[in-house]
Amino acid sequence: MSRVVPILKDPVVVAALIAVLLIAIGGILRPGFASPDQIVDMLRVASFLGIIAIGQTIVVLSGGEGIDLSVGTVATLGAILASRTMAGDDAMIVPGVLLALGVAALIGLANGLGIVALKIPPFVMTLGMLGVVGGLILVVTGGRADGRAAPALVSLVNGRDVLGLPGILIVWLVLGGAVTLVLRRTVFGARLYAIGTSREAARLSGVPVRRVTVSAYVLSSLFAALGGIAMVGYSQQVFLNLADDLTLPSIAAVVIGGTLVAGGVGGYLGSAVGAIVLTVLTSLLTTLAMPEWARIVVQGVVLIALLAVYGRQRRLRA
Amino acid sequence: MTAATQAPPAPTVVDRVRSVRVASWATAALLVVAVVAAIALQPNLLTPYGVASTFATFLPLVLVAVAQAIVVIGGGLDLSAGAIVALSSVVAVQVMRGEDGLAAVGLAAAVGTGVACGMLNGLVVSRLRLQPLIATFASASIFSGLALLVLPTPGGTVPAILTGTFRQAIATVPMSVLLVVAVALGWLVLRRTRVLRHIRATGGDPAAAYASLVPVQTSQFASYVLSGAISGLAGLAVLGNAGSGDPFIGGDLALGSVAAVVVGGIALRGGIGSPIGAIAGAIILALSSTILFSIGLPTSWRALAAGVVVILALALSALGAPRRRR
Repeated sequence: MSRVVPILKDPVVVAALIAVLLIAIGGILRPGFASPDQIVDMLRVASFLGIIAIGQTIVVLSGGEGIDLSVGTVATLGAILASRTMAGDDAMIVPGVLLALGVAALIGLANGLGIVALKIPPFVMTLGMLGVVGGLILVVTGGRADGRAAPALVSLVNGRDVLGLPGILIVWLVLGGAVTLVLRRTVFGARLYAIGTSREAARLSGVPVRRVTVSAYVLSSLFAALGGIAMVGYSQQVFLNLADDLTLPSIAAVVIGGTLVAGGVGGYLGSAVGAIVLTVLTSLLTTLAMPEWARIVVQGVVLIALLAVYGRQRRLRA
Repeated sequence: MTAATQAPPAPTVVDRVRSVRVASWATAALLVVAVVAAIALQPNLLTPYGVASTFATFLPLVLVAVAQAIVVIGGGLDLSAGAIVALSSVVAVQVMRGEDGLAAVGLAAAVGTGVACGMLNGLVVSRLRLQPLIATFASASIFSGLALLVLPTPGGTVPAILTGTFRQAIATVPMSVLLVVAVALGWLVLRRTRVLRHIRATGGDPAAAYASLVPVQTSQFASYVLSGAISGLAGLAVLGNAGSGDPFIGGDLALGSVAAVVVGGIALRGGIGSPIGAIAGAIILALSSTILFSIGLPTSWRALAAGVVVILALALSALGAPRRRR
């Protein structure tokens, strides 16, 4: 790795190459896997994870052991709230989405305040929040999920209305582009990288560390809810555990994309590519008729392998 | 090699004594409040049957909390503890096939599975030097996938001797209480051993431990293996309680064990605290859900209330815990 052309050391490039490689392998093993239709389909599925990974990227970038273990359940809750409000009616899309985002923002705010004001470590706070949100889901639904996505939302995700592409891909592209701009070109972005690199240095330079940290967790919950809403457009029906399993992949996507788990280094483009890699991998395993247990195991193995490449901590003594 | 002549981590000992005291007070106070409230709301908790069945339901969480405590004191973290419990319990169920004669084999299988899982975690964290949080989150995925392979759907029969022993009492003291006491005593006896002192030194300050010739990597590895073995036992306790296997039980236990450790006054940065605190923490959390149960909360609200209690307990311990000095 160390002697090759510098561009090959860029994690984003490596991840993109892995995605292409996986698609090629799939195409060889199962003709049709690499067809344009199939690729668009995989991108569509990747968009849910990709949108959730936006928030996870922001939180990880904010440093201080930042991580959000509640994104999966928050996405599920968002999907449940939105789809129950819509109940299959286009007119109710906006209220449904706003309700989901509003509740998600409160959850993110609680996460952020617990972390900065009570000094609870992020993983403990968000793990605890996972329990709370899981309970909230039971309270809202009474244990029975009965929401239905509005037709317009369904066609946004499942149709091919925009230049022959599903609208959700455009949404993902716009959100991803906006986030990249915010991270690279705005004061908030600069502050986020600053606190991720060194909280102390950032504080001494006049960065409102606490406010930026809280915003990061609010954004994380917001994007999680958006991802959940997109997902319910795909599945049309809502389930009590719709997006619960996306937490680990969202972290994996961030790691694959080369964002340092210690914070301060990285960006969203990598996470987006990471989401694509993971989705292609999952569909490849599905196409190869791997049972569910094997897919779960492979996910864990892949994350550990990737961490071993990118995320090793320094030795005690070199 | 002059570093070798330095006394073993003296500064962390001072710092430890001082902070343990604060945290233990908060834990003890919470424990008293929880016990009093639970008994006031449900007086039959004090009957022998009440004590026996309460402790029986607490036991898995208590054991996982102790397992988590050892890793956390060693400076690590194990988000896969719940998945290890699930995997070792389903392995044990499949091995025993409901036959009493195979109970010992089941015990060995459960502990062996736990040790194997702990070895994987230990290797990944100590040799590959991956961040424990994400690495064990990933290994949890591996273990729960394997649990699904071993037992795809909840079921299987647990030998009667296991469920029976679990309900037994020796000299009117319920087995489940004896087991909790045995775990606590086991820690008190073993805490002075070299391995456990090394684990604590590693968690307190890896660089200082390294300079004092503590085998840091081996200690980290040992903490995960030990923790895995105890999680394996917890898997058996789950079986004794439920009477059948379930590949999906793990999820709540990871959160519960971390919460119990925090409530028990163990610093997540490592080196500080004792598994006995974690036992208290686990009992506090379990009692709070008993309390929620007895105030007649509707079923659908219980999970939310339990989650809020965990957050409140975390917040309280965070307020009571000593601040990081750096």
